[in-house]
Amino acid sequence: MKIRAIMVNTFREAIRDKVLYSLLFFALLMIGGSILLGRLTIGENIKIIKDMGLASISIFGLLIAIFVGIGLVYKEIDKKTIYTVIAKPVHRYQFLLGKYLGLILTLLVEVSIMSAGLLLLVLFYEGYIELSILKAILLIFFELMTITAVAILFSSFSTPILSGLFTLAVYIVGHLSRDLLAFGVESESAMIKYSTAFIYYSLPNLDNFNIKGKIVHQVLVSWEYLSFAMLYGVLYISIILLLSMVIFQRRDFK
Amino acid sequence: MIAVKTQGLSKEFRTGFTMKKVSALHNLNLEVEEGEIFGYIGPNGAGKTTTLKILTGLIYPTSGNAWILGRDIRDVAIKKDIGFLPEGPYFYDYLTAKEFLYFYGQLFGMRKREIEEKMDELLNLVGLRHVKDIQLRRFSKGMLQRIGIAQALINDPKLLLLDEPMSGLDPIGRAKIKEIILQLKEDGKTILFSSHILSDVEMLCDRVGILTNGKLTDVGSLDSLLIPEVKSIEIVTSHMEENTIEEIKTITEKITLRDEKMLIMVDSEENKERVLRIINRNNGRLISLTPGRKTLEEYLVEKLNRGVAL
Repeated sequence: MKIRAIMVNTFREAIRDKVLYSLLFFALLMIGGSILLGRLTIGENIKIIKDMGLASISIFGLLIAIFVGIGLVYKEIDKKTIYTVIAKPVHRYQFLLGKYLGLILTLLVEVSIMSAGLLLLVLFYEGYIELSILKAILLIFFELMTITAVAILFSSFSTPILSGLFTLAVYIVGHLSRDLLAFGVESESAMIKYSTAFIYYSLPNLDNFNIKGKIVHQVLVSWEYLSFAMLYGVLYISIILLLSMVIFQRRDFK
Repeated sequence: MIAVKTQGLSKEFRTGFTMKKVSALHNLNLEVEEGEIFGYIGPNGAGKTTTLKILTGLIYPTSGNAWILGRDIRDVAIKKDIGFLPEGPYFYDYLTAKEFLYFYGQLFGMRKREIEEKMDELLNLVGLRHVKDIQLRRFSKGMLQRIGIAQALINDPKLLLLDEPMSGLDPIGRAKIKEIILQLKEDGKTILFSSHILSDVEMLCDRVGILTNGKLTDVGSLDSLLIPEVKSIEIVTSHMEENTIEEIKTITEKITLRDEKMLIMVDSEENKERVLRIINRNNGRLISLTPGRKTLEEYLVEKLNRGVAL
């Protein structure tokens, strides 16, 4: 109940924020722009549209998660709005969880709108919609939820700019972490072996969520794989949120 | 029952790159009785806000304990009985007044109908009924402060903690807040408010606590704090003849003439009697006789000066 109130309030704040609409506008513009690019290729029109469309959803989702998400906890502390909430019979973890869920709700609406745009295009050009493209979107959404949890973790103790940079770094390294591990295994130095292994296991392996290429090129992605990726996401998010709550519980709101 | 009790409450902050310890509050022992208006005063940075933040669970004390209405403040459930208005009106400015109060009602687990009833009552109390559908970003500072008080009252709390409720407001805004505070006392609520606008404290409070440099230096009713300190008495008369002035001047130099009236300040009971005798003898008319007590401001400035000397 209390968590829901905070969630709805966060959602309300996000949808009354102009940044969100400009990001959404550009996302739809890019998805639409894929038609033009598709024209340049011969016979691969629909692939380009799917490829660019999915990439747009992923990138603009990331931007929304970072721009709207990072400010989230920090703004509450900076503007002192959190004072009145914590002074009510609300546990701190409830506050943080409410904030997270509110942002997820915002992302859900955003991703739905962008996906609707993409699916309409696909329907128009191909005449039908394959289930597989929804699989890709589902995993993009799980990736965004993971990134948002990381953003919450950083903003529970850091400033917006630093949190933004950290989150972006996690996003980039998270996509490269498998390569990092492979690099470490090849390496002869124990230091490098351990440190790459550490990075691989502590940062999210975001490549697990990336099936865009396979979907576009019509490689089958099994439900087993999908379930594994989602389970991984849920576990990772839970750990990160728990850690955020521990940090948040201990801090002073000066 | 005692509404607020603290025992040896201390708070140290670590600041700067070197993480140097700074003491914000030192061994605070405070007791606020149920049903009273308690003024918590002191200069900026004395630790007033720190105390209120500890009581509301925003920061944790370094040492010491505190109880609200007999229960330890670490118990989140006590917040059901507290209303808190933080310093400076910062609220969710994208919400309308109605949405704003509704949100806080939900945080208490109140039901929709319950909130709506309370909301109407509170909007009337703080005089914001006509703007209930307007976003807070368009509110003036005074209006924000008032909606802030409404927010603090949504749960019908027994104890109200108000941090600088009157700072930054114009005289009308301040009068309105004072009126609300007095109304709340009548409703049987305990009010602990911090302020550095001393005239407001003087008019409202049953008791005050004076905090300087994180230490509580004085607690008591205003009369007990201020009267023993002062010995000036103010006499106003009229219809006095010119030559009597000279006579009074032998007793005190502090004489002011304005129109028909004469204001005389004396520094002891004995001198007061002497002046009154002169007035009687000369058929002067006594208009008023006020045992001037020190203003809180004078008292505080004196205290602080002494504190600096220590």
